[in-house]
Amino acid sequence: MGKNVLKRIDLIFKHEDDCHEVLQKTLKRSDDELINELIGSGLKGRGGAGFPTGLKWKLTREAQGDVKYVICNADEGEPGTFKDREILATVPYKVLTGMAVCGKIIGATNGYIYLRGEYRYLVKDLEAEINKFHKICDEVGLNFRIKIFLGYGAYICGEESALFESMEGKRGEPRNKPPFPTEFGYMGKPTVINNVETLAHTWTIFKYGAKKFRDLGVQDSRGSKLFSISGDTPIPGIYELELGMTVEEFVEDFGDGDTKAVQVGGASGFCVPRKKFRDIAIGYQGKLTGISLPTGGSMMLFNSSRSMYNVLHNYLEFFAEESCGQCTPCRVGTQQLLQGIKAVKRGEKPAAYLDKLLSLSETMKATAKCGLGQSVANSFQSIVENFREEMIY
Amino acid sequence: MSNTVNLTINGFDVSVPKGTTVLEAAELLGIKIPVLCFHKDLCIAGNCRVCVVEQVGSKKLVAACATPVHEGMEILTNSLLVRNSRKHMIELLLSEHNADCTKCYRNGNCELQDLASEYKITNQDFIDLAVSRAYTIDAFSPSILKDDSRCIRCQRCVRTCDELQSVGALAVAHKGDHMKISTFFNKPISEVVCTNCGQCVIHCPTGALIERNYIEEVWTAIADPTKHVVVQTAPAVRIGLGEELGLSPGERVTGKMIAALRRLGFNSVLDTDFTADLTILEEGTELLHRLEKVLVEKDEKYKLPMTTSCSPGWVKFFEHIYPDMLDHMSTCKSPQQMFGALAKTYYAKKIGVDPENIVSVSIMPCTAKKFEANRPEMRDSGYKDVDYVLTTRELAIMIKQAGIEFADLPEEKYDSIMGKSSGAGVIFGTTGGVMEAALRTAYEIVTGREVPFENLNITPVRGLEGVKEAKIKIEGCKPEWKFLEGVELKCAVAHTLANARKVMDLVKSGKADYHFIEVMACPGGCLGGGGQPIPTTPEIRQKRMQAIYEEDMSLPIRKSHENPEVQQLYKEFLGEPYGHLSHKLLHTEYVERQRY
Amino acid sequence: MALLQERVKELVAKYGRSRENLLPVLQGIADTEHYVSEYAMQLVAEEMGLSAADVYGTATFYSFMETTPRGKYIIRVCKTISCFMKGKNQILLALEEALKIKLGETTPDRMFTLLETNCLGWCHKAPAMLINDDVHVDLTIEKVHQIIREYKQKANN
Repeated sequence: MGKNVLKRIDLIFKHEDDCHEVLQKTLKRSDDELINELIGSGLKGRGGAGFPTGLKWKLTREAQGDVKYVICNADEGEPGTFKDREILATVPYKVLTGMAVCGKIIGATNGYIYLRGEYRYLVKDLEAEINKFHKICDEVGLNFRIKIFLGYGAYICGEESALFESMEGKRGEPRNKPPFPTEFGYMGKPTVINNVETLAHTWTIFKYGAKKFRDLGVQDSRGSKLFSISGDTPIPGIYELELGMTVEEFVEDFGDGDTKAVQVGGASGFCVPRKKFRDIAIGYQGKLTGISLPTGGSMMLFNSSRSMYNVLHNYLEFFAEESCGQCTPCRVGTQQLLQGIKAVKRGEKPAAYLDKLLSLSETMKATAKCGLGQSVANSFQSIVENFREEMIY
Repeated sequence: MSNTVNLTINGFDVSVPKGTTVLEAAELLGIKIPVLCFHKDLCIAGNCRVCVVEQVGSKKLVAACATPVHEGMEILTNSLLVRNSRKHMIELLLSEHNADCTKCYRNGNCELQDLASEYKITNQDFIDLAVSRAYTIDAFSPSILKDDSRCIRCQRCVRTCDELQSVGALAVAHKGDHMKISTFFNKPISEVVCTNCGQCVIHCPTGALIERNYIEEVWTAIADPTKHVVVQTAPAVRIGLGEELGLSPGERVTGKMIAALRRLGFNSVLDTDFTADLTILEEGTELLHRLEKVLVEKDEKYKLPMTTSCSPGWVKFFEHIYPDMLDHMSTCKSPQQMFGALAKTYYAKKIGVDPENIVSVSIMPCTAKKFEANRPEMRDSGYKDVDYVLTTRELAIMIKQAGIEFADLPEEKYDSIMGKSSGAGVIFGTTGGVMEAALRTAYEIVTGREVPFENLNITPVRGLEGVKEAKIKIEGCKPEWKFLEGVELKCAVAHTLANARKVMDLVKSGKADYHFIEVMACPGGCLGGGGQPIPTTPEIRQKRMQAIYEEDMSLPIRKSHENPEVQQLYKEFLGEPYGHLSHKLLHTEYVERQRY
Repeated sequence: MALLQERVKELVAKYGRSRENLLPVLQGIADTEHYVSEYAMQLVAEEMGLSAADVYGTATFYSFMETTPRGKYIIRVCKTISCFMKGKNQILLALEEALKIKLGETTPDRMFTLLETNCLGWCHKAPAMLINDDVHVDLTIEKVHQIIREYKQKANN
């Protein structure tokens, strides 16, 4: 506890007041150079899915389209995640700069920030920042404008195609894929959609070069990452850490000495029990220690006073409510998982029913229409498999 | 880049054009992939996930209906993973569904039931979610009943109402476990913009949307010795009914249907086609009258284009969406209601029965006709003009209940009077039919010559294209129609309400100069009506359409004004078309309605 | 009624008639009315050329889009995991006591509505709640009573 074994990084929240210069200098470089810089940095999407950012920009740049868009996904709805709010509150210009550079590269003149309704209090200050930034764009001769689009209470809108639907004035229901946003995004146009943190990292990469970013992290999980740390920890908050740490290292720093499990990646992420702390690293993939977990940066700690049944119950209630409801596996599956664990706990179904539910969750993973529906299985399986007794007794 | 894509499905090679879906490619190989939310009439949703298949190399299954093929793709449609997943989908849908099949109106013709049977879902391990829900059952409409407990949320109805019909009475509301198919603020169907067209009913895979049936009421009337039960049959019933009774789409069963109706116990078996012919005389005369008023007298009270009024779904749509344009609609009642008004006046007198004791039943390919018969205006005979409206499906149910072996029935003929029709009356059952029938008659009235088309077949208004146009130059007019000399009569034909909206928006904005517009609410016209057999698909509609035109060609009389019974009716009762008594019995008015 | 009509017209004029402006328009109505009524949705549908059911279906997708009359101050207590672990149930009880209403209800003077919501993004300062757009974190029972007192005072001024 509080051992400080992990190096604290201070890149994202470091205040820098050279927005004008950074933008001007960056825009002088060729599009290819910038894309190569980005690809070379190894930056992957910080929302949780981990798609290589440089490749995303490259594909959208190459896509056919008279109009293209840049969208910043600030619909930070994953339980246990709150880093994007802090970025927008303290260093919004880094995000805006990232959007503008992206716009220049792909050929977009309009950008949007899809801000979740829960963060509406940010709008006033953010709009002022945007106005300031527009002036900078004008000064450096870049035709680019950013608007805020306000969400209104729907977790699923964090899914990129659901977000487009929502921005188009519809129900936020994920689309069939393909086509992908790089070809068919907002209003059916090629669109880059990046998480707030991802865009903030591009500032570092463009200002200091890919190496500064790439030197952090391990293997294919490069750079630093913001972690939203909550639950049973004496020091909850937002921390910038290198990718590649093991859960054990993390718990040593942030646990309360009695940590029995860490939920990595929020309700849609994985629950790591104490006995696996040493085996699991936080990153995208790779052979580090057998398994590594991609994450949007939510780390929730549970100590031994917590019932993992209650935790899972809370997650499943969340999913049953926040599923968009269109596809069968997610809409009905989430309800069955929730009712199922309740029935087992109450003794209305045999313990073996948990296996039927595990098999159902496997089907949900394989068949749900969108990534969020597919990921419901993550927490379900990792909690039921690791804390089976708590589900039954 | 090549436009052909090569892939394998279950190990078989197939080459298909780029853009083909996995579902379509499998169909080419004769491999059936089950579907629920997919329907050929509608855009792709990909939400039921019943059609998931395995794409070799991917851990995720893909929805066959929504996934385009790509080069080298290897698809498995029946792997263990696919089977288990598909079974889970069906089980999940059943767990959310009131699966009390024996008490369901769609028992025996339900796509979910078929799948459950095919996959032998005999155990119900999952928790029954339906019992703990406060589902809405809306039974207020005279046409359509909505039972949310039977809904599987495939959204076919929503897409139908929205895309096909542009009505938007149904929408998806709420999300997650509360997601449901809802009207505006969950109001009863009878209070919203719903046109009762019933397209949602024939697109619903389960019993969530069904017609209100009047089968027991009709049996009761038949059993009452004091009642004389008159039945009329709409043009499109005779080319659809066979499908419900084991025959193939496109079989004409007019004679057997008449025989069956007699065996069911109806006292007079008559034909709506008769009043279809009558409609042509009334509406044709009305059109000529309007042309004169507008073109010659410049009387602003009269409006062109005139639109047809035989499709009650269209009429109600018009009242909701274009309340400021009601003057454009022909004042003619639909053939069903003309028939009803005559059944309890002229016909009652003819057969010497007190109209009080006549029960007037109609067999319609339509659910909107049920609403129409209940409109308060439809009592010009002094009684409710049409007492009960049954769909093609309900008639088939009665025939089965009566134990009639339909295929073995002899061919019989309608009773007289009000049983004879021309081919023009028959083609009312297809899109373009009313227009064609009207032109066959109007042209001849004005010029004294037949319409200048081979075999009277006015091909420009035929076919399944959404909006069709025709222009006919009127030349060589009789002296009394001189004002029409040289006029090019411009006509438009639209089917489905979405197409009707396109045409009417053009009219409204002054961008179209049509004189006469035919609109049928349903795709293909009445042959694709909301009361027709389920399933109704584009291929089936095509076959029914062919059958209608065959029926037309098979009749000795092909023009409405040559129908001798219609001529007799005018001579004995009505006087002249568009005359005083016609106005009282055969014409009606419309009301402005709300737009939600 | 006439006022609402003007408000809708004004919002549609501000944002535009095309569909992608539906959410901002509805949000604009909710800002002044505290909910979006049946009549308001009819007006929006008419102005934007959409079906009313479609507007309703879209509105009800979004949890913050209230469709029944709500108070001037809508309180949304976070119920998701971190706040749940840090005692959001006790916070709810305190609010019920302070407002003399139950969860889901509105005070008779139409000042407060008490609701729950999913993760607000303040897990490190749980338990948290929103009152309209304002965030209140690290809640305790005492703090809740204090906050409500302040809002009541604000409401009376």
